[in-house]
Order: sequence, then structure tokens, then C-alpha cells
Amino acid sequence: MIRGFAILLLCQLVGEAIARGTGLPVPGPVLGFAGLVAALAWFDRHGDVDDTILASSDLGRVSNGLLATLSLLFVPAGVGVIQHLDVIGAQGLAITLALVISTAVTLAVTVGTFVAVKRLMTRTEEPRR
Amino acid sequence: MTGTALWVYLSTSPLFWLTVTLMVWIAADQLSLAANRHSLVNPVLVSIIVLAATLKVTGTDYRVYFDGAQFVHFLLGPATVALAVPLHRNRELVRKNLVPMAAALVVGSVVAIVSAVGIALVAGASRSVVVSLAPKSVTAAVAMAVSETLGGVPALTATMVIATGILGAILLTPMMDALRVRDPAARGFAAGLASHGIGTARAFSVDPVAGAFAGIAMALNALLTPVLAPLVLRLFF
Repeated sequence: MIRGFAILLLCQLVGEAIARGTGLPVPGPVLGFAGLVAALAWFDRHGDVDDTILASSDLGRVSNGLLATLSLLFVPAGVGVIQHLDVIGAQGLAITLALVISTAVTLAVTVGTFVAVKRLMTRTEEPRR
Repeated sequence: MTGTALWVYLSTSPLFWLTVTLMVWIAADQLSLAANRHSLVNPVLVSIIVLAATLKVTGTDYRVYFDGAQFVHFLLGPATVALAVPLHRNRELVRKNLVPMAAALVVGSVVAIVSAVGIALVAGASRSVVVSLAPKSVTAAVAMAVSETLGGVPALTATMVIATGILGAILLTPMMDALRVRDPAARGFAAGLASHGIGTARAFSVDPVAGAFAGIAMALNALLTPVLAPLVLRLFF
């Protein structure tokens, strides 16, 4: 477990260092994620990790454990809502409308684009077969 | 030690609020399980309501609470990195869906920002609230940084981000069913793009493939929103 956790922290640390060093507006964990994706792809190409090894590895188990409780990790930040009850109370309607409608529209448009483009691609591929 | 003195000691110790956070979460998770993981019984929402009410009733400052809860909060970083593992496991599927993903990323990211800013302006929100809302679909750390550089209130943005995540998690299943979208890749990608980690967590609890695509959508939107948000706001102000 310690090895897997250390790999995750190391990726995050390198990500933080790059983000700070270059002044990019991207957080360290996102760069760390990109770094781990690249590292896994590199090891994969050199034949060192297959999926069964990855799943039963320390990294695989720690990642599964963290992702299984991912929503818990948002609770402490969410409780911060108690600091903004005055602003939220004063502009509650505007905030609620913006959040609800925008989230629903974004979900629909994103999934719609994904499905439409995928359908378009399979349609253009078909005549060749 | 009297009861009051004991309470004063306990209620200011990190151990107390960390333990309370985990206990409330376990209860909320059990409730969600008992409701067959129905979207409306969202464990994040239930936990936040219970904990916020507890802090209000006991008159506890958020900073005192966070001294304990920060140990849970800290794990968000390594958990974000950990999203690389399911992505790698589904790499063949990701490779096959690269073009739909790219299109959905650009369109979804623009719509997320434009719709939030537009609706908030029409509904009469103040400028600082509008700016704080603009990056609401992206993961909290990025959203707060974007909000700060554009003149929003980062702490308020964090609250909007969490609210968006919960809304996305609640809306995801009923909306996708209503739109008759069955492809888990498409469903997951929309969840991660519109509602970052909380949407991703919901996607994982429904389907591992959806979770993997949600993770990559969240990461890609975290890269794109800091570029798009200033451009969109310039159109409105």
C-alpha cells in the first residue's frame, strides 16, 4: 500500500513543481495525472505492465481504494458553504437558476455532441467495408 | 474535568471533527445504499447538510472544523492522480473514442461557461458572483485559481463547484435515461466534463467504463477552462 501511495504522491509532487515552476494555471494533481498516464503508457509499450499486473499491484489497489471513496473527499470543502450563506441568501435565485440550468444544459450538449460525432464517424466508415 | 470543559477540549481538536466527518459519511453512504443508490439520496449532499447544520448548532468555526477534516481533503490530490489507472485500463476504448471526445470537450466546455455566465447575468447576479460562477464545472483547485485571476471570490467558487458536482451527480442518470444514451463512454464523459470529481464519483458507482471516461473528461476540462473562461467573460463584460 505504501508503494502505491508513494507513486501517487510523487506524481502529484512533480506536477506541483512543474505548475509552480512554469506558472501554468493548471493544478499539480492534474499534471500528476497526465504524468502517470504517460508513464503507464511508456511501461506498457515496453511490455512491463499488463492489466492483470496493474490491477493486483500496489498502485492498482491503492487507486481503487481512493476512487471508491472519491465523493467523501469533497465533503470538507463542501461544508465551507456555511461561510457564504449571506451571499447565497442574497442572490440565491440567480445562483440556483445558473447552477441548475447550466449543469443540465452542459450534460445534455456534451453527451449529444459525443454521440452525434461518434454516429457520424461510423456512418462515414461503413461504405468502405 | 466537567462536561463543558471536556466538550470545549474535544470540539477544538482535529481528531473530533475528523471522526465526525467519517461517521456522518458512513451514515450518509448507508442511507444512499438503502435507497438503492438513488441519485436524489446523494451521500455528498446529505453529509454536507448534516455537518453544516452541526457546525451551526454548536457554533463551531469552519476553520476549527477544517483543522480536522483537512486530512480527508488532502487525499483529493492523490485521488486525482489515481484516475490515471482506470484510464490506462480502458486505453483501447479511449483510443477508439478520441474524435467524439475532442468534439464533446470543446463544445461542452464552452457551453458550461457561457450558460452559467449568461443565466447569472440575466437573473441579476452581481459581477463578482457571475465571475465566481464561470468556472463552476471544473475541479475545485482549477476553478478557484481561475476565479481569483478574473476577479471572483475563490472561496465562493469552491462552494459553487461542489454544488455543480452534486447537481451533476443527481441529474446524470435520469437525464441520460431520458435522452436514451446507453453508451457508458458518452455518459461518463458528460458527467466528468459538466460536474468534475463528484460527477466522476457518481459515474464510477454506476459503471467502471463510465468512470474512466469521466476522469479523462474532468482532466481535459481542467486544462481547457483556464484558457476559455477569460475569453468568454470578455464577451460579456
